[in-house]
Amino acid sequence: MSDGFRAVVIGASSGGVAALATVLGQLPAGFGLPVIVVLHVPEEGGTGYLPTLLGERCSLPVREASDKLPLAPGTVYLAPAGYHLLVERDGNSLSLSVDEPVHFARPAIDVLFESAATAFADGLVGVILTGANQDGSAGLKRIKELGGTAMVQNPASAAAEAMPRAAIAATAVDQVLGLTEIGRFLAAAGACSSPPTSDRRP
Amino acid sequence: MAEWKQTELEALETDLLLEAIFRRRGYDFRHYARASLNRRVDQAVRRGNLAHITDLISLLLYDDAAFERFLAQMSISVTDMFRDPPFFLRLRETVVPWLKTWPFVKIWCAGCATGEEVYSLAILLKEEGFYDRSRIYATDYNRRTLAVAREGIYPAAKIKKYTANYNNSGAGDSFASYYHAKYDRAKMHDGLRQNVVFSHHNLVTDAVFGEMNLILCRNVLIYFDQELQNRVLELFTASLCPGGFLCLGAKESLQFSTVADQYEAVAKKENIFRRIYSHRKERRP
Repeated sequence: MSDGFRAVVIGASSGGVAALATVLGQLPAGFGLPVIVVLHVPEEGGTGYLPTLLGERCSLPVREASDKLPLAPGTVYLAPAGYHLLVERDGNSLSLSVDEPVHFARPAIDVLFESAATAFADGLVGVILTGANQDGSAGLKRIKELGGTAMVQNPASAAAEAMPRAAIAATAVDQVLGLTEIGRFLAAAGACSSPPTSDRRP
Repeated sequence: MAEWKQTELEALETDLLLEAIFRRRGYDFRHYARASLNRRVDQAVRRGNLAHITDLISLLLYDDAAFERFLAQMSISVTDMFRDPPFFLRLRETVVPWLKTWPFVKIWCAGCATGEEVYSLAILLKEEGFYDRSRIYATDYNRRTLAVAREGIYPAAKIKKYTANYNNSGAGDSFASYYHAKYDRAKMHDGLRQNVVFSHHNLVTDAVFGEMNLILCRNVLIYFDQELQNRVLELFTASLCPGGFLCLGAKESLQFSTVADQYEAVAKKENIFRRIYSHRKERRP
């Protein structure tokens, strides 16, 4: 496992809003990594309300991703409804696509995870949370293949267990934990990756 | 010898592939955003049962049919009629009153893919009563999707979603009056196609396109890197009459582009812009 973490990617589906709120709620202000999230949402409903909703429940700024948006540490990026979200090869910016849905989902977790794995290799932590489908398994497998760290929510604690179970079956995951523990693990990963607090200017 | 990571090798192979396609076939994907392009290339490698991207290079250099299949697969985007209903509502409320002041209205749907947006726009123009003095130029570089657009036949399963979008777009009629459903498919009425010119045009390599009053190019620029986005936006600016309108996708932006100062935002949230009249060269009548 690498301790030079560069980014965190999280995938969640059914029951995902509450799960994300718990995980993100554990991350302290000044968290040293970008956090990129795909949450399955119906295209019609949009995601406009989610940054505010999640932002109220965590210390980090939460924003909806737009095309070519540069990645900054300590910021949470949410995939917009109706678009796939990808990380560009240099790991510095995000991009969007309207390619066909994957596992009936757009945004799809696999699309984000596979592109992030290529960009960050062993500097990436991938997390699969609650969900009632198979999306994210292939992406998590790719993260492991390229040397990253794979975490999955304990299926017993998940609102919907199919997605965590599929991920555990697909690859040798590093950690199977409850939501709070996942949040704490990420907080530690982001703390040792960030520059010392004394160097920071507000 | 320094060890190369797999991802570094694939990046090199992809560079070589794109250079080969450009020099042999004339299609220039070198400034496409790499993350999406990598997915497409991976799919082509897997579909061809190939071991490496390098194998794809020789296939695409020598096999014309394989190249046609590759090309078709490179630009498959999936959209809906009246995608983003709030956008069409805003187009109707804010842009249409201006369009109606022109005696003849020329509209360019750039990168029209399978044509859903073209028919949405045609319906809007009909309902606003100036379809008969409008012409829509619908272009794409992908001849297969252009053929689908020209036919205007869509899966009946999507009609429910199209209808919901239509109803939320400020439309004044019934979506059912614009298509004819048979078995599992729905064919858009011929009247909607009457003033549409479908034609092959490549935004990356082809030239300026007429004196347009309105250009729609939604969710196409996301596939390009910033440099290519700038080039295409400059092409649009040169193709737009003074005071003409440019509509981009909901998550796209002019903000970081080289043409930003030539436009004013008409609707920020819906990404509708207006080319400002240049006070030096042209005077407003």
